[in-house]
Amino acid sequence: MTTPTAPDAMYRNDEGLGIWEHRGKVAAFGIGHGPTSRRWDGRPETCVGAITIQALRKAIADAGVAPEQIDGLVVVPVTTTGAFWEEGKPLPMDVIESFNQTDDPLDGVAKLSAEWLLANMPELTNVQFTMYGPGCMSNALNVAAQAVGDGLTHTCLVVKSWHNFEGRYYQSGANVEDALPGTAAITRLWGGPASYGTALQFAEYCRKYGKTHEMMAPFMENSRRNGLMFPEGYWAQHRPEELGREDYLAARWIAKPANLFDNDIPIMMSGAYLFSTAERAADMKQKPVYILNHASSNARPRSLTPTLDEVEAETARTARKIYEGAGITADDLSFENMYDGFSLFHQFHLEGLGYRGIKFGEALDFYQTDISIEGPNPVSPSGGNVGSGRSRVWMHTDCIQQLQGRAGARQVTGVEPEVAVSGGPMPLGGNFTVWSASPD
Amino acid sequence: MSKQGVVPDDFSQPFWDAASEERLVIQNCLECNRLQHPPAETCRDCGASDSFEWKPMSGRGTIYNYGVVHDCPVRLLQEDQPFNLAVIMLDDDPGIQMFSHLPGVPVDDVPVGAAVEVIFEPTANGQLVPEWRVIDD
Ligand SMILES: [Zn+2]
Repeated sequence: MTTPTAPDAMYRNDEGLGIWEHRGKVAAFGIGHGPTSRRWDGRPETCVGAITIQALRKAIADAGVAPEQIDGLVVVPVTTTGAFWEEGKPLPMDVIESFNQTDDPLDGVAKLSAEWLLANMPELTNVQFTMYGPGCMSNALNVAAQAVGDGLTHTCLVVKSWHNFEGRYYQSGANVEDALPGTAAITRLWGGPASYGTALQFAEYCRKYGKTHEMMAPFMENSRRNGLMFPEGYWAQHRPEELGREDYLAARWIAKPANLFDNDIPIMMSGAYLFSTAERAADMKQKPVYILNHASSNARPRSLTPTLDEVEAETARTARKIYEGAGITADDLSFENMYDGFSLFHQFHLEGLGYRGIKFGEALDFYQTDISIEGPNPVSPSGGNVGSGRSRVWMHTDCIQQLQGRAGARQVTGVEPEVAVSGGPMPLGGNFTVWSASPD
Repeated sequence: MSKQGVVPDDFSQPFWDAASEERLVIQNCLECNRLQHPPAETCRDCGASDSFEWKPMSGRGTIYNYGVVHDCPVRLLQEDQPFNLAVIMLDDDPGIQMFSHLPGVPVDDVPVGAAVEVIFEPTANGQLVPEWRVIDD
């Protein structure tokens, strides 16, 4: 069996598509997370494949279905954005040989195929449908929701994992060479770090609206606070440290105005969900969280880096797609849970949604008000990547848990958790899912 | 600042040949007469794939935006940290951006909106690369 990549037609990219044809007919039931760590320690039981199997098994058990009932698996095959197995580095054969292998020796160590997972989860005897939703969990969720709605699978696992190795992101390969090939050199000779583009957009935002980097502090503090109440997350598991205003503002710059904490910390993690048709709710251990819509943004900047105008046009367009397909408005959102890695673009997503009536240029003022989980206007109750490390997954888990009423210490108390949207990553280029406690 | 050297490939050869003669050229789609940067094999606007020219630019622009790089992934640039990294918008088409280290401008003291002109500076292997300097009044 060879797993195909989801065709473009499975994503809802355009405005004017109307209500999603499967609105309220697909639901999330189970959630599973593998343990987090800062970096892989080289053991078989902690490799990205192993923690993914743990996450999948937990999601199955959490939903309360028998493994043989599962007939679909949607996987994000890439498990890093910047920690690559260096060319020529010896393969960890002891680890590789601890598992059933595929043709690619780094499968399960530095990437994940559906075939590797199935070869190492013998209890999944009935999986007929596999598909890749490349990029983020946000993509895979869109694909899984559409696949279940279309009847390609009835009970489907969806999983995204991250590995992290020794060394720093991006400090290898072309970046340590003395020369670059000419085409790459046209844009890459200047050495901007990963967060530079977002830093630029934030700088323009501050100039246009008269805001400052300091105004991010309450958002960062709130996000870490929520993250420390996320037992599945990295900071809660390994470094239960608050992030106070002074700590945040004293951090070293990476690409000013983006500082160290504005850059999320790379970790090992795995998150998995079990989706099925809404009509199977009676068979499940957990309450269904219905999917009202999924939407995508695939806009690109005209030139090297998105301008603030391009960012605002696209976040507004994305919000229109989100709301249109779900048949809701901004007023229906119980809380806000969009992506935050990098933290300095979170306000773009929030303003695009028009959460609590916020307009462009107003989010940083909003951060100065009560944005806690106890208040009437929760912002990022998941704590996001700021609160739990780089995964692009926490917001989704949190939406499901909040709507199921089992977010534990993070459970919102100032609002009734009814409808939420999560997704990202970038203001230009992302995937979004609308969740609801009720199918209508 | 010493940037990494450049080894022109077939696609980028005209851009680097022009730079060696201290001329700035930008890819232009002949189908829709639209500048495109970064250059690509196909036009991102009309999809045409074999009707491009490298169009000479005036070499004038303005500083649109900037950040200050304190933690650079490129090894050769790390000794110069922190450094300005600005985005220039070309007068020929403000939708077209180019990066600049803004030689001569103090770190984090960048005059956003100021007029700039293209200059050419050598990279580590001597290949000239377009850079930008603020035009004095
Ligand atoms: Zn064209």
